[in-house]
Amino acid sequence: MVKTPIYMDNHATTPCDPRVLDAMMPYFTTKFGNAASRNHSFGWEAEEAVDKARNQLASIINAKAKEIIFTSGATESDNLAIKGVVEFYKDKGNHVITCVTEHKAVLDSCRALERQGKATVTYLPVDKHGMVDPDDVRKAITDKTVLISIMYANNEIGTIHPIREIGRIAKEKEVIFHCDAVQAVGKIPVDVEKDGIDLLAMSGHKIYGPKGVGALYVRSKGPRVRLTPIIDGGGHERGMRSGTLNVTGIVGFGAACEIAAKELPEEARRLTELRNRLQAGLFERLDEIYLNGHPTERLPGNLNVSFAYVEGESLLMGINDVAVSSGSACTSATLEPSYVIRALGINEELAHSSIRFGLGRFNTADEVDYVADRVTREVKRLREMSPLYEMAKEGIDLKSVQWKA
Amino acid sequence: MSYSDKVLDHYNNPRNVGSFAKDDPNVGTGVVGAPECGDVMKLQLKINDSGVIEDARFKTFGCGSAIASSSYVTELVKGKHIDEAMAIKNTLIVKELNLPPVKIHCSVLAEDAIKAAISDWKKHKDGAEEPQAARAQEK
Repeated sequence: MVKTPIYMDNHATTPCDPRVLDAMMPYFTTKFGNAASRNHSFGWEAEEAVDKARNQLASIINAKAKEIIFTSGATESDNLAIKGVVEFYKDKGNHVITCVTEHKAVLDSCRALERQGKATVTYLPVDKHGMVDPDDVRKAITDKTVLISIMYANNEIGTIHPIREIGRIAKEKEVIFHCDAVQAVGKIPVDVEKDGIDLLAMSGHKIYGPKGVGALYVRSKGPRVRLTPIIDGGGHERGMRSGTLNVTGIVGFGAACEIAAKELPEEARRLTELRNRLQAGLFERLDEIYLNGHPTERLPGNLNVSFAYVEGESLLMGINDVAVSSGSACTSATLEPSYVIRALGINEELAHSSIRFGLGRFNTADEVDYVADRVTREVKRLREMSPLYEMAKEGIDLKSVQWKA
Repeated sequence: MSYSDKVLDHYNNPRNVGSFAKDDPNVGTGVVGAPECGDVMKLQLKINDSGVIEDARFKTFGCGSAIASSSYVTELVKGKHIDEAMAIKNTLIVKELNLPPVKIHCSVLAEDAIKAAISDWKKHKDGAEEPQAARAQEK
């Protein structure tokens, strides 16, 4: 028997690994120093811990320690990368290239710059699997382009973009390449050198570290990337991000990176297996369900499925002892279904019917089987209640119906 | 967001799920909403010749609150005269089910479904009576 509730929403956040918490504990109490205190042992101790973490972060993305800037989280990192580059390079140009399925932290940073008249932004489309075409990136580059911002892997559908090709194009055209790699770091191999990434956002709580800590990798050589800070103050983090360092969070983030790097090959294999087991468990027992995202180029723990004729939120309600997430309109205040799912070009009804399963380090095969059973039963029950399912079974083409909305 | 106990009860034990034969002259069918909006309600009312709603069935594609609203409505209208049923306001559904502001559209849809089902029944009845009246004149 599995223990409920089951957490299967690991793209939203992950629990802190107990090993991470152990590493953090002393820095709350006895080793509480300010890493910026240069004249006593409390400060030195904290600084040493931060340096260690900086190395642990650098190591997981093949960067140098001094290229890591600690922030409050990936949202801040994305803001700093995008706004910081556009501001600093304003004499060189003002054009930014991004993609429609980016995280809101990227999209809304771009929109803010547009509103302020500081940038013009090209939002590239994605194909039916949610993948950006590197050729589209190439074609969008103008002599005014100062930044390309494309995420490593999508947080809803798990699609992994052709980052290395985009990185190559960016190098060739001498445009700075920022990559929101929040969902990728620690889950799949990320290498800023091989991938040609100049700026990279990452987050602690997505990789079994604590919330409230993130980082931005800023390339120091080939090219040396410059940024105008968005937070001014004591000049911490080489002047790019002022504010007393969150030492406990940083220590935890570092420990999380070290564990993730060490266990990545085995964990990726195990999660892929669990994901495939879940996928098979659903697809073998239910008709008219559809995979959203790329069939192969996808994050190990990600499964995003649309269950036709069943509205996503009602399905979540039916499987209330399982924590997953829905692209349904009704889970948001806007009443609009997920913009990521809609960008795939699938019909709106299926967008309302999508569920994201996010498998993580602590999920088991028993949990996967339980979830597949629960979802299958609930989808069948809700379909018996669904007028759309009834109409489809009667052979009515739902697209031909005149709906009275 | 958490759901009220009443919404949960209707969602877990929906009343009167199902369908009547659409061609039954005593049945009025109302289908409201649209799949792209994430809500479609089908409400069917069996109405006798004196205009009293004898039975009701529903099927709903939508969130839990939409399912609960339609389930509640099938209980609410049973035994009511169509004039009374036409006067049911969505606010009554909101109150009964404790719907939060973002879910008020579900209650509006349920109110619309009642009206659509009754007007469909009236159409049947008018359609059925007119030819009869015409025949009577011929004789």
